[in-house]
Amino acid sequence: MKCYLDNGATTKVDQEVVKAMLPYMEETYGNASSLHKFGQDAKATLEESRETIAKAIKAQPEEIIFTSGGTESDNLALKGIAFANKDKGRHIITTKIEHHAVTKTCKFLENDGFKVTYLDVDKEGFIDLDQLKKAITKETILVSVIHANNEVGTIQDIEKIGKICKDHNIYFHTDAVQSFTKTIIDVEKQNITLASLSAHKIHGPKGIGALYIKKGTKIKKIMDGGSQENKLRAGTENIPGIVGFAKAVEIANQENFKNMQMLRDYFIEKVEKEIPETNLNGSKKQRLCNNINITFKYIEGEALLIKLDDKGIAVSTGSACSSKELRPSHVLIAMGIPPSVAHGSIRFTLSKYTTKEELDYTINYLKEAVKELRDMSPLWRK
Amino acid sequence: MYTEKVMEHFKHPRHLKEMKDPDAVGTVGNPTCGDMMHVYIKVGKKDGKEIIEDISVQTFGCVAAISTSDVVCDLAKGKTMEDAKKISKEDIIKELGTLPHQKIHCSVLAQDGLNKAIEKYENKNK
Ligand SMILES: Cc1ncc(COP(=O)(O)O)c(C=O)c1O
Ligand code: FES
Repeated sequence: MKCYLDNGATTKVDQEVVKAMLPYMEETYGNASSLHKFGQDAKATLEESRETIAKAIKAQPEEIIFTSGGTESDNLALKGIAFANKDKGRHIITTKIEHHAVTKTCKFLENDGFKVTYLDVDKEGFIDLDQLKKAITKETILVSVIHANNEVGTIQDIEKIGKICKDHNIYFHTDAVQSFTKTIIDVEKQNITLASLSAHKIHGPKGIGALYIKKGTKIKKIMDGGSQENKLRAGTENIPGIVGFAKAVEIANQENFKNMQMLRDYFIEKVEKEIPETNLNGSKKQRLCNNINITFKYIEGEALLIKLDDKGIAVSTGSACSSKELRPSHVLIAMGIPPSVAHGSIRFTLSKYTTKEELDYTINYLKEAVKELRDMSPLWRK
Repeated sequence: MYTEKVMEHFKHPRHLKEMKDPDAVGTVGNPTCGDMMHVYIKVGKKDGKEIIEDISVQTFGCVAAISTSDVVCDLAKGKTMEDAKKISKEDIIKELGTLPHQKIHCSVLAQDGLNKAIEKYENKNK
């Protein structure tokens, strides 16, 4: 059996998405900037796709800028706002649990003379709204908070965060790469100024994403070249990717998410019942419908990952041993999880294709692998 | 990422278990990533020389740590104390073909654990 439980990393492209994309490589392959029919046909499709994405987050089509993915969207949001607003102030507020696309961009901006505040999170991964309020100064130009965390699935209350930013007249960016389509994003109601989106986490193709930028926002482009995407993102539009992205959004379906949530809870409960000394990382309630992150105490995550891989089960881990820097996940550490516990953390992320049979198969081998590794561990039963 | 040899030792380790009544236990921790090994040895005599009659390891660590633990046992078993002390991380890696660069320190841990166990034994029996 093959069980792909790493949908937080990337997902299988839906057949319908593939089908929708093909004509834009073989037939309607024009450059959307060209004046001839080939180009104008591509342009029409580009605008239709933009509308689909915009509608999904209650935005206007002209507020959507296509990019090469979540990473570029995060870069454009943070650098673009920082560079355009540095006369107003040079302070940015973010959190300790952002994706590297945000964290490393913040480090870059720090080297460039900006000041960045990294908000703490509690043991479930939530930021403290009072700490956010207190961190705001006259110099603050941007608050960037990840919507649903990619490692532990914690969903922040972005409506409240948006309100605080609005009250202080500060731009609010959220990395919604993991949450997009899975939870409600309403840029009006939630007072979002910028939101990063990506296609490959929702059964779309890799290398395509979008940044929502609220009308009237002061932002600078970060790449020079042609005047595509409202002069904010140079480069010939990736029409097949954009079409695939829009199709993926169109077919995202609430029923699937309910089903994933059920399977998620089934898995968590069964693991807690059948495997001793585990604990769930993150929040039980405000949790992404497809995210499970569990620590298996006294063993190391990479070893467990490889054992599962041997049985065709794909997962990921926040263990230090699995990272190039040999440091445990910064998200788990920020949540106050001791490094030794972060060590045995495994992330299982489901998709609409995940079945109960796959989860039963996984738990079966999980039990076996955990036992084998614990029998080798000097920490077990000591 | 890992060679077949590494995987073979990881999947079917022969020496990863606790030892009842060992003559000495070497305990080492990995300062880099926080892993841990306990190396157990039983000492015997052959041709008038002390040898490592039996050896086993318990490891809390990655694939490379578990594999190198198993290899160090293969290499040390039956060797005189003096020869066992000479086992280097290069010897361990050679047995495995190769290790990813960021995993070299795991092999050092296995070597350290063995030396610690021998040292403990020698101090006890001075
Ligand atoms: C929260 C989050 N932000 C950003 C990214 C980067 O997105 P992309 O892979 O599309 O560049 C990811 C995916 O790895 C993510 O999970
Ligand atoms: S034991 Fe941590 S990297 Fe090998």
